[in-house]
Amino acid sequence: MSIVTRSDILETINMIQHENLDVRTITMGISLYDCVSDDINRLCDNIYDKITHKAEHIVKVGNDIGKKYGIPIVNKRVSVTPVALIGGKSTSEDYVKIAKTLDRAAKELGINFIGGFSALVQKGMTKGSEALIRSIPQALTETDYLCSSLNVASTKAGINMDAIYMAGKAIKELAYLTREQNSIGCAKFVVFANAPEDNPFMAGAFHGIGEPECVINVGVSGPGVVAAAIKRAGNCSFGELADIIKKTAFKITSVGQLVATEAAKELGAPFGIVDLSLAPTPAIGDSVARILENMGLEHCGTHGTTAALAMLNDAVKKGGVMASSSVGGLSGAFIPVSEDEGMIEAVNVGALHLNKLEAMTAVCSVGLDMIAIPGDTPVETVCGIIADEIAIGVVNTKTTAARLIPAYGKSVGDSVDFGGLLGTAPIMNVSPFSCSDFIRRGGHIPAPMHSLKN
Amino acid sequence: MKAVISVTGKDGVGIVAKVSVKCAECGANIVDISQTVLDGYFAMILIAEVSGLNIQFGDFVDAMTSLGNENGLRIHTMHEDIFNSMHRI
Repeated sequence: MSIVTRSDILETINMIQHENLDVRTITMGISLYDCVSDDINRLCDNIYDKITHKAEHIVKVGNDIGKKYGIPIVNKRVSVTPVALIGGKSTSEDYVKIAKTLDRAAKELGINFIGGFSALVQKGMTKGSEALIRSIPQALTETDYLCSSLNVASTKAGINMDAIYMAGKAIKELAYLTREQNSIGCAKFVVFANAPEDNPFMAGAFHGIGEPECVINVGVSGPGVVAAAIKRAGNCSFGELADIIKKTAFKITSVGQLVATEAAKELGAPFGIVDLSLAPTPAIGDSVARILENMGLEHCGTHGTTAALAMLNDAVKKGGVMASSSVGGLSGAFIPVSEDEGMIEAVNVGALHLNKLEAMTAVCSVGLDMIAIPGDTPVETVCGIIADEIAIGVVNTKTTAARLIPAYGKSVGDSVDFGGLLGTAPIMNVSPFSCSDFIRRGGHIPAPMHSLKN
Repeated sequence: MKAVISVTGKDGVGIVAKVSVKCAECGANIVDISQTVLDGYFAMILIAEVSGLNIQFGDFVDAMTSLGNENGLRIHTMHEDIFNSMHRI
């Protein structure tokens, strides 16, 4: 037998067959700069042609690589230049046309999602960005595979509160327009602080302004593998625990690097990054919450959860960076609620509340993700939740985001089922006290200071 | 290049024979076999040189998978590089 031993082989096979190790996504980033035109129909044609040409083989290549290495490659996706940057004089109606064009291209390619119906408005809003934001509710209601994001803040620019107010209104309208499908439109829209420009994960993927013409980014997953490794280790010290997580993350990321290198070669595009995220799914044995519980918590959300998550997130990054020539994206542990069976249970037994989730986002890889709140939550309260989350990212120089679903007609005690990877979200309680006067002030919260740290 | 083929399932007569005949038909040259039976459960790891395959690698993977399905076995065929990248620094 070669240098790889029989036990190594069995370990890999076990990870794939029993612990849900997979490559979560191969995402091709495509620049749309050269699609620009002053004629909206021409612009749409250029966009459609470029995407369907560049990504023509992505699904086949993804499936072939999955078969070759015997590992599932769950999603094949495309991200594009933030559409507000190439919309020119487009009106909101024009942006809806662009949205439908992107959706049509996604369907032609057979991919799972297309991201980049986005605007970067951390410092202020151009007319184009404003028109795009106003078009989001209609654009996401009338498309199936399109994802949208806004970067409303950064550590260098501060927080654009006007953009947050507009985002909050868009979320409420989306919830209403898609009320027949449990307000699912909101699951395709995310609001960021410090958004990474090479993220392969949806709903927040877009092809950043400094990215090349075309690039391949790969997102790996494997919370089940980490959870099983921790369980096997039993009662050990934190140092040993960190070591186990690092070694496991190294192995998971190595698979991502292998797949990314091969996909880039086959698709004729440069390799960008591997995003080494622990991305849960609603399947049993694919949960980040269960990792935290295997570390010694009775339920995710109890005291100690933030510390456990901080350690997990850090160890995952440390283990992963050595396995890839270039790590990027969101890298770390995701803590979505609806997409993680352990999180759902923690909410249902009363162990996990919105306040604790907010604290956890200070140390996780992204933010408040896939959280359903009562449908009658006032728009200003939605904005307050987003603003709190964004402030954590801005002050701590990290990426944070909010993907909230004010599920129309639902209240605490109900739950909404989105099906597939999006899972089931129990409606979570929000504060009944108003933040309306605060949100309505309008304007911009200045960038934070980065000395006198305490 | 080599492939790692894992075969698991209920023990029975002729499993090794069936798998090796299929490898030969496809032009895969077996270089290592490690096999055991535990409590009536058959487990085998087979390493084969696949540079001389007379079909595409993807079709070889499918052929082995369906051989498993036909015989109540789970046959998983993977390119060796996934093991090399995961377990070697």
